[in-house]
Amino acid sequence: MTIRKTASDYSRSHEPIVWGLFSAGGVIVAFFIPALILLTSLLVQVGIADEAVLSFDRVQSFAQAWWGKLFILAVIALSLYHTVHRIHHGLHDVHIHIPDSLAIIIFYGGATVLSCLVFVWLLAIGW
Amino acid sequence: MTDMTMKVRVQRYRPEVDEQPWMQEFDVPYTEDTSVLEAIQFIKDELEPSLSFRWSCRMAICGSCGYMVNGEPKLGCKTFLRDYKDLEIASLENFPIERDLVADLNGFIEKLETIKPYIIRENEKDLDTSEPITEAFTQTPAQLSKYKQFSQCINCGLCYAACPQFGRNPEFLGPAALALAFRYNSDNRDQGSKERIPFLNAEEGVWSCTFVGYCSEVCPKSVDPAAAINQGKALSAADYGLNLISLAKKD
Repeated sequence: MTIRKTASDYSRSHEPIVWGLFSAGGVIVAFFIPALILLTSLLVQVGIADEAVLSFDRVQSFAQAWWGKLFILAVIALSLYHTVHRIHHGLHDVHIHIPDSLAIIIFYGGATVLSCLVFVWLLAIGW
Repeated sequence: MTDMTMKVRVQRYRPEVDEQPWMQEFDVPYTEDTSVLEAIQFIKDELEPSLSFRWSCRMAICGSCGYMVNGEPKLGCKTFLRDYKDLEIASLENFPIERDLVADLNGFIEKLETIKPYIIRENEKDLDTSEPITEAFTQTPAQLSKYKQFSQCINCGLCYAACPQFGRNPEFLGPAALALAFRYNSDNRDQGSKERIPFLNAEEGVWSCTFVGYCSEVCPKSVDPAAAINQGKALSAADYGLNLISLAKKD
């Protein structure tokens, strides 16, 4: 015999933070990454787009513009958060259990460190 | 054509004599339209009268005859022998076994009740119940379509037998209960979302789901609980944000 639970038996999960990053990263991975692969690794190489599109000067000026920096940071950081979230829950699904605190440090901590490195690098290459 | 027979293995468990569940094999005659439920009924009527199982309507609306059929959660009345070479029928996965094919679904029913699956009105308590209510709450087809799909659930429990997260953590409110919460939250006549959001917000609520999606695959009524849960995640995430800036009521 169990008693029906009420709202006070439940406490709020903090999962929405990582899920929010995961969702935003999902959009990036689904929509922007394929376009970026096409743009940087296919169109120029097979001769559809002009080589000048990917010239150093052009790419550098993109990476030195504030909106370019924002785009690069968003694409890399959100893809990272998306990926580690998938790995974290994927491991749970295949019955490899990592304690939550350790998982936070390894996965989300790792993504944060790499994102910070990207941020520092974006500042370092100047404006 | 009654000359076809199939080997049917049925799970037996009689708690007073059996240490653990075991499989008993029967030869069952069948035709093109013999359902799994009819096969078990044949076994009970003609071969093994002590076999226990739940069933009622025979037409996929009562939700009583959920079994594992060759390892997949199925309604016995909606699954046919013609689609199989041999059969293994067991009680629903992830639930305790009461007897033979009867699973103990009490925990599941309690979860359905937990999320307040009824229309809640804000001024309900102030309503004068001495007078008959003459007011009607109108609903447009567009408003109905927002939740109609999620109201088709027959509480058969197949989605819980399918859900690996419920299998790992029985405290998880699970697909049907969360789909039901979403159904009432999406009903324009309802004003009780605030009372239900704490259930969604919990780890045992929408956040135990990793969107495996098998619940929606096995659902015999195409309710798509996985979609409901993941839209519930968006609701819960929004509530989390609002709560951070103290706009939402504290739990």
